[in-house]
Amino acid sequence: MATSANLFAGAKSAEQGDKKEFDAVEVIMHHIADAHEFHILDYVDSAGVEHPVSLPLPVILFTDNGPTSFMSSSFHHNDDGSLVFTKDGEHFVKYHGKIFKLKPGHHSLKFDNEGKPDNVEIPLDFSITKNVFSMFLSLIIILSIFISVGRTYRKGNVVPKGLASFMEPLVLFVRDDIAVPNIGKKADKFLPYLLTVFFFIWINNLIGLVPFFPGSANLTGNISFTVTLALITFLITNFNGNKDYWKHIFATPGVPVWLAPIMIPVEIMGILAKPIALLIRLFANITAGHIIILSLISLIFIFKSVAIAPVSVGFVLFMNVLELLVAAIQAYIFTLLSALFIGMAVEEHEHH
Amino acid sequence: MGPLAAIGAGLAVIGAGLGIGKIGGSAMEGIARQPEASSKIQTAMIIAAALIEGVALFAVVVSLLVASN
Repeated sequence: MATSANLFAGAKSAEQGDKKEFDAVEVIMHHIADAHEFHILDYVDSAGVEHPVSLPLPVILFTDNGPTSFMSSSFHHNDDGSLVFTKDGEHFVKYHGKIFKLKPGHHSLKFDNEGKPDNVEIPLDFSITKNVFSMFLSLIIILSIFISVGRTYRKGNVVPKGLASFMEPLVLFVRDDIAVPNIGKKADKFLPYLLTVFFFIWINNLIGLVPFFPGSANLTGNISFTVTLALITFLITNFNGNKDYWKHIFATPGVPVWLAPIMIPVEIMGILAKPIALLIRLFANITAGHIIILSLISLIFIFKSVAIAPVSVGFVLFMNVLELLVAAIQAYIFTLLSALFIGMAVEEHEHH
Repeated sequence: MGPLAAIGAGLAVIGAGLGIGKIGGSAMEGIARQPEASSKIQTAMIIAAALIEGVALFAVVVSLLVASN
């Protein structure tokens, strides 16, 4: 139930092709990773030839000759670098999900002794990938929810109606249970960020749990995504840090001066460790959830038996319901810890 | 390195399990003694559990990286 169409597609090709064994690790890693096209399903026609069906997404690259763009369907599902796509005299190949530009004068991909692409340059890749597509989808959902909720209040309704009556308790929860207890008087200043990050992470987690086409992208389990969010929290924390915050780092009260060479590096490590723990937690939790669900579904294909299916599906159902809880808890934790860090930085200490 | 990485992930889970179990048990005791403080205890419990979980997930990520290389 929780697994994506990608998994069934990969499993089917391995079963019916009979050329290679079903490789659970490969299928799972393919699902976890980002991709240049959104794989929907595979179907096998009456002649036994299989056709992958995927949504092509735009590829936007910056090479030495400036920006260039084309659709990912230009590679016709080729992923081993054997198909060379030429645009404006530049040759591109796609190898294991990454797009490379062949060096000038080369017309096919060559590999070095370690089996890595040799005669290529790596262009800057600003493509609309599967994850970016999923993020745009969540933006549309979030905007449509909050614009309609905002309109309800603008009409002068004091009592929330419709969607607003569902969203109001959630917004109040973030304000009264997360922001105010941890930040205090200045909570209103940071509330817009905390609300944004809470709903953004939560809705993206939920979209990731939808097992079929528009969902199933592993966005919040992507390290770049969590790094960006943690970086924003880090910047907000440090730019809003007051005199006391910096004093506790560079001249901790009550600590002898000769300890400073030890205390200052430790305190600076403490500043950096907070956002790093924050980003690893979200990344690893969501990735682990996707891996567990896919592993359980993979059991059916590993044992090549329908008899194992009820057990597997039962566990997957259980895990998926648990993941619904984790999706909310992780959004809560991220927001709570952000509020806690901000609160520690803006807090007015009583002087010792 | 695959099996070793799996053992490493398992060890990390043992540590995290002990830690979160201890937190959960203590929180239960605290709530039983003072039911009116349960919401504060729950928040503190979740923060502490998240911090332990973070450390355990560091270990799991390292295992995953070792296993996939």
